[in-house]
Amino acid sequence: MTVVRSEVVQILTGDDVVRVRQDVRARAVEAGFSLVDQTKIVTAASELARNTLDYGGGGTVLIERVDVGGRKAVRLTFEDQGPGIADIEKALTDGYTTGGGLGLGLGGAKRLANEFSIASNLGQGTRVSITRWK
Amino acid sequence: MANQTDVTLFKVLGGQEHAILTDWQNLLKAGGALQTGRIKEAELDTQCKTFLSQLRASVGTDGGVDKSGNSYSSLRSMLGDISRSRAVQGFSPTETAGFVFSLKQPLFNAINKSSDDAATKAASIWYTSLLLDELGLYTIDVFAKTREEIIARQTREISELSTPVVKLWDGILALPVIGTLDSERTQTIMENLLQAIVDQGAEIAIIDITGVPTVDTLTAQHLLKTIAAARLMGADCVISGIRPQIAQTMVHLGVELNVVSKANLADAFALALARVNKTVVSVKALSRVQKNGPAE
Repeated sequence: MTVVRSEVVQILTGDDVVRVRQDVRARAVEAGFSLVDQTKIVTAASELARNTLDYGGGGTVLIERVDVGGRKAVRLTFEDQGPGIADIEKALTDGYTTGGGLGLGLGGAKRLANEFSIASNLGQGTRVSITRWK
Repeated sequence: MANQTDVTLFKVLGGQEHAILTDWQNLLKAGGALQTGRIKEAELDTQCKTFLSQLRASVGTDGGVDKSGNSYSSLRSMLGDISRSRAVQGFSPTETAGFVFSLKQPLFNAINKSSDDAATKAASIWYTSLLLDELGLYTIDVFAKTREEIIARQTREISELSTPVVKLWDGILALPVIGTLDSERTQTIMENLLQAIVDQGAEIAIIDITGVPTVDTLTAQHLLKTIAAARLMGADCVISGIRPQIAQTMVHLGVELNVVSKANLADAFALALARVNKTVVSVKALSRVQKNGPAE
């Protein structure tokens, strides 16, 4: 796997979520994604960036354009040093939320991506990584 | 004049004004001040000249390095004008502050030539350096403030122009949403819509989201809240303009908008007309009906 291009974006305010969306869309266009695939990865990025901000208290996202054996992909890794997720299984359940949202963001992001991984330690933070192939 | 350094600087500014001015202008031009074409040579020359004579007047009346004093007020207001116009013209902060900082070299040279006493020269150069640093920083302050004012104005303009509620027919409103639906804008949109529903006694409001690039769960939630509020006011909402890629994404997300939706604004308008018992007919068909009576 080769990383063609990577950048780290800080997520500290609501405006940063918009910037993450714009940057992810730019990478998806570079990778030659169709309009539907662009929208999917951008929406997933929006959900996870908002989670990082609202529940993680802010953090970073690593946006990477990667190639694996000729297939183009965009990989996003969100990290925060927030309180962490107590029950990941439950957090992924549709309709479950500890905030005031719809409770669809995390599970929705998983469905919108081709690869999804999540790791969380209570009191230390959360790391979510998603990849979408062309 | 309170101290020795002021006298030296004042004398230098008076005696060698022409040489300093020429040096300074050459330095600015060599530094590429005119290359961007944003400022004319004559304008730059006038600014340099005015600045030097103002500086001389200020140094002549003030005692210390306190630049907030009255004697510096005209110099500051002149510098403020220059920075503001440069901020608007699109200069970088470096270019703006460079105007003042580039005066250091010609002034130091002139001070060097003016006296043989090393201690006097050093003190004078130190004083001049402090003075120009402060004036340079002042230009940056004004520059940043002007930029902030421009940004604040644009933000206000954007939020005003992007949330109109349009009356399509008696009892039918349209709300074209363009851009990102964050909480602040949703609040403005909701207020505008609810007020328009009351003002116009509307039965149906069409929310058109053709101009919304990304619909995530937060956007959906904001939409649902707006629709619920409109319902409480007695108006039904129709959503239009959900593009194919957004529809697919929303299904994957698991978002359900329990509301009538149409592909485009025209379809939504037709539906709304039907709800208020109106229809659109062609003029020809209408005149035929009026002439012959309704068809059997």
